[in-house]
Amino acid sequence: MSRAHMISVRNLDIVGHRPDGGTVPIVRDVSLEVREGQMLALIGESGSGKTTIALSLLGHVRPGCTISGGQITVAGHDVTSMTRHELRGFRGRTISYVAQNAGTAFNPALSIAQQVIEPARVHWAMTRQQAERKMIDLFRALALPEPETIGARYPYQLSGGQLQRLMAAMALITDPEIVVFDEPTTALDVTTQIEVLAAFRTVLADRGITGVYVTHDLAIVAQIADHAVVLRHGQVRESGTVARILGNPQDEYTRELVAACRIPPRATPCAPMASAREDRVLDLSDVIVGYGNRTAEGLPERRILDHISLSVPRGSTLGIIGESGCGKSTLARTISGLQPWAAGQVVFRGQALAPAVADRTREQRRRLQIVAQNADLVLNPAWRIGATIERVLTFFHGMKGAEARAEAMRLLDMVRLPHALLERYPAELSGGQKQRVNFARALAARPDLVLCDEITAALDPVVAAAILELMAELQETLGISYIFITHDLHAVRAVCDQVAVLYAGHVVEQCDSQSLTAGAHHPYTRLLVSSVPEMRAGWLADAMALRHAEGAPAAQRRTDGGCQFFSRCDMRMPGQCDRGPVPVHTLPDGARIACYRSCADLAFPGGVAPAVPLPSYES
Amino acid sequence: MNARLARLVLRRIGAALCSLLFVVVAIFALTAALPGDVADMLLGQNATPDATQALRHALHLDQPLWLRFMHWCGGMLHGNAGNSLLTGRPVSEMLAPRLYNSLLLAGATTLVAVPLALVLGLACATWRDSVFDRVMTVLTLGIVSVPAFLIATVSVFVFAVQFRVVPALSDIRSIHSVGQFFLTFAMPVATLASITMAQMIRMIRACMIDVFSAPYMEMAVIKGVPPIRIMLHHALPNAIGPVANAIALSLSSLLGGVVVIETIFNYPGLAQLMVDSVMSRDVPIIQACTLLFCMTYLFLTTLADIVALASVPKGRGA
Amino acid sequence: MSGMATGLRALRLSALTPAQRVMGLFGFWLVLAVCGPFFAPYAPGQIIDTEVFAPLSHRHWLGTDYLGRDLGSRLLYAVRYTVLICTLSTAFSCGCGVLLGIATTATPAWVEQIAGRLMDGILSIPSLLCALLVIAAFGDSLLALVLTLGVIYTPGAYRTSRALALRIARMDYITVAVARGEGALFIIWREILPNMRGPLLADVGLRFIYAVLLLSNLSFLGLGVQPPLVDLGSLVRENVLGLVYGSGAVILPTIVIGVLTVGINLVLDGTSRR
Repeated sequence: MSRAHMISVRNLDIVGHRPDGGTVPIVRDVSLEVREGQMLALIGESGSGKTTIALSLLGHVRPGCTISGGQITVAGHDVTSMTRHELRGFRGRTISYVAQNAGTAFNPALSIAQQVIEPARVHWAMTRQQAERKMIDLFRALALPEPETIGARYPYQLSGGQLQRLMAAMALITDPEIVVFDEPTTALDVTTQIEVLAAFRTVLADRGITGVYVTHDLAIVAQIADHAVVLRHGQVRESGTVARILGNPQDEYTRELVAACRIPPRATPCAPMASAREDRVLDLSDVIVGYGNRTAEGLPERRILDHISLSVPRGSTLGIIGESGCGKSTLARTISGLQPWAAGQVVFRGQALAPAVADRTREQRRRLQIVAQNADLVLNPAWRIGATIERVLTFFHGMKGAEARAEAMRLLDMVRLPHALLERYPAELSGGQKQRVNFARALAARPDLVLCDEITAALDPVVAAAILELMAELQETLGISYIFITHDLHAVRAVCDQVAVLYAGHVVEQCDSQSLTAGAHHPYTRLLVSSVPEMRAGWLADAMALRHAEGAPAAQRRTDGGCQFFSRCDMRMPGQCDRGPVPVHTLPDGARIACYRSCADLAFPGGVAPAVPLPSYES
Repeated sequence: MNARLARLVLRRIGAALCSLLFVVVAIFALTAALPGDVADMLLGQNATPDATQALRHALHLDQPLWLRFMHWCGGMLHGNAGNSLLTGRPVSEMLAPRLYNSLLLAGATTLVAVPLALVLGLACATWRDSVFDRVMTVLTLGIVSVPAFLIATVSVFVFAVQFRVVPALSDIRSIHSVGQFFLTFAMPVATLASITMAQMIRMIRACMIDVFSAPYMEMAVIKGVPPIRIMLHHALPNAIGPVANAIALSLSSLLGGVVVIETIFNYPGLAQLMVDSVMSRDVPIIQACTLLFCMTYLFLTTLADIVALASVPKGRGA
Repeated sequence: MSGMATGLRALRLSALTPAQRVMGLFGFWLVLAVCGPFFAPYAPGQIIDTEVFAPLSHRHWLGTDYLGRDLGSRLLYAVRYTVLICTLSTAFSCGCGVLLGIATTATPAWVEQIAGRLMDGILSIPSLLCALLVIAAFGDSLLALVLTLGVIYTPGAYRTSRALALRIARMDYITVAVARGEGALFIIWREILPNMRGPLLADVGLRFIYAVLLLSNLSFLGLGVQPPLVDLGSLVRENVLGLVYGSGAVILPTIVIGVLTVGINLVLDGTSRR
């Protein structure tokens, strides 16, 4: 029998059942094919049915859904007509699955090894000894630290990137013909994502495995897939080779999607860096935030933010980037007075701010507004949109009744929302609409500075791009300043004038956002920038070639002074970088870098060989 | 890791001791300190100032409150709970046979109820929203939302009055054979078990559904793991803690149920003695009974918490 | 026309929100408790027939009790006492519990510590025993009953509302309100409380059922509502001998208790499932 098509799906329909007995189509008339040894990308935003399709390849539908039509043929098996018993032998043996969130997909009560070799054991594929040897080989191939002993650990003891690779090992242990990856890197930091991607690619290529990769990130598609299917609302919009879809999209939605991933860097020149004190709207100097016992100097022992100095020029945008846990969100809470600082000074429009919000004047609170991350949690579900916005108008400007209503309408115009929304409740709005309302509420106070904390993180790319556009537009018309906290470097380039790079509670660099790819930079900035996937084939190989490190250790806070980035740095100088305060260089264009290396060294990292090989991972 | 667990367990036991202290103080305060003068009550119409004074002295009622409390606590520690105001006999002597009877009833009920509830609760969660599950849901909801005496009176009416299969009252002194033993215990145990089980089944069902809906359970299905192995290997280790908790909490409804059931079936247990003593205001007996019940309850909940702590996989979480 | 149509639609059971259903059912019982006795044909204590445990008849719709009193009239009075005592005690426990639960999210940590310990202490005594103990101490006046039931179920209401309030207090919209500088009262009253209404209502319903069960059990044991007053539990108790004759005097009050508690519980269960 010919196996030209390893996977073939014809006219697949999947419906969900509503509690009242009705049905909702989730997947409509989807057809796709994958040849042996190829990788197909299923591209779509949340609710596009991509995970549902991926799971149906394993003959699995979530409770409340049924396959109502069509045919699924996987490796010669007709999946829709298999019995439960047949399916059990088929799953995990012929086709296996790597879930999106390995943190919850691993059973917390069992050790990693027990779970990784389980597919091999329940399918009687090999003896325990064989399975364990195979597991260790796979751990090694996936570049996991300590391959011999990592299996004895429990899920809670491992980082997200490690768990994701361990889950891939679990999928590969039975040498399946097909592996389905469901957004395996979405929950990871960019610096971890690139390593996981590289590990996946090597293993898949070595074994000639057929794959399906579910994602919303086109840049990842460019690295890992041969063919792609673009989905929206459960229907196929476009399919073809990755090069064709990314290079020459035909469908209107695909074009939007591609455009959203290629946000152009801002057209206007960046605001200058070193400005006089009175030109700055916000100035942080040596701010320390922490918890725990006080040291002799009266400072907290455990620090979330350590000696943070930043400034925001009037009418400009300062981006703050860094990986999860670096203190980005704490910085936003600190500036807005929700998390008082222990030492340092914050000057807002020439006045020193009190650490706690309760001690600030109403005028100060009005001029400094926060737009929080999760649009689902930020609007009170019990209030209509109108009431939410009008409350701010009443609170700060004393507006009431018709006057407030008119102003609320004006604000909705500003964020491009219809007036009818004023009577709606948040639950009736889409994610993008909620985030716009969130913005309108901040604007209602007529602020000078708006703190935006990961406002695009939970949004689909097309919607996020529109929000960024809106931000830039509002800045031009209203002249407000932003602090834009994000982990998305594309977004930083699109809206920011300057960018501060945060690592383990320290600002390692503050520089011009457009110069991130050129000139002298902190080694961490360089690592971060080089880890952001680009939408061109071959980027992954190029980026990995530039890296010296493999299996970066989790960020551990040093308390002995010295550079926080020391253990991960490819330019470190033992005996120097790991002790004493880190010197700060100020470059001619005003950029500041905290590093022991000279500016000349930092400008040409290719010319400097890594001082020592990096240590292996230690727990 | 084990040192951490030991610390957690010790802290839990410490918390239980704190609760016990609260209970002891509360019992003493409510029964001894607040009500009217016991001496007046005891003497009733014979109360003369002299007699009252003498009795007050004999009962240490003329001492300051804190001294009486210490005195009382000391007595309790030595197993000396004082004498009954009504009969004058030592409380411990009156309690001992009653305690034995009550433990017999509660133990038999637990033996019946816990395994049955485990099986039924698990079955409900496994076949969620099936006809079986729906019937069980309505049934258990019905039982938990009617008072205990209702179940008991209805079952007396049906089994003892209409069909005459079992005696309506439990006279455990007349047990001479195994058959009699079962017949005598059948009604109280069956009613008590059904009350306890209803509560347990509902809670076990809820926490099993919680475990079943975890992403790692779906992952196990996708790996092709057989259902029995999923149940034993993936669900069970995560379910032990919550289920132990559910069982302990439901056993508290057993304690409440015991009071009613013993009264209805005229079963000579601790609870019946306590209800009688409340009516006759026999303070020392009320104190001792309440303390015994509370200690049992505290012991059960603490035990469940410790099981839950020990079953948490290798010190996960805080 | 259209107004009438919407009015009619609102009357359809399926069109009601869960909260409206709970309130509707509860309202029915409250009205029955307050107004029912006015329609009673006889005084509750009046012996009107020589025949005890009489069956249903034209003269006594629901028959007579163990002393030959009209059961229908006594039932109406019993519903009044059961429902009113339990309503008051639920109001007390939920009022105290919710107030404390929300207040302790905003007060210093030590206040919460003390309140939490106190609640844990009350919880560590099984409810029926706690009631017996308090009644032994304070007697079985109506006020004592209401307060006893109220105190016993305060910790549950406290825990539920505190957990709810804490969860809501972590929401970003509260953060925004705090950053704006809203006062604590505004935040509790306008931002937190409206979002607690649904789950809180379910909790109140549950506590009401618990109170009915405990009161009935107490009265059945002879330690609750005392003659000449009568509630559903004591009605079962005094007529329990009628069980042998299959008399309505013991069956009807048990049915009324069942309808009261199971009904509310079913509605609540329906709300929490969807």
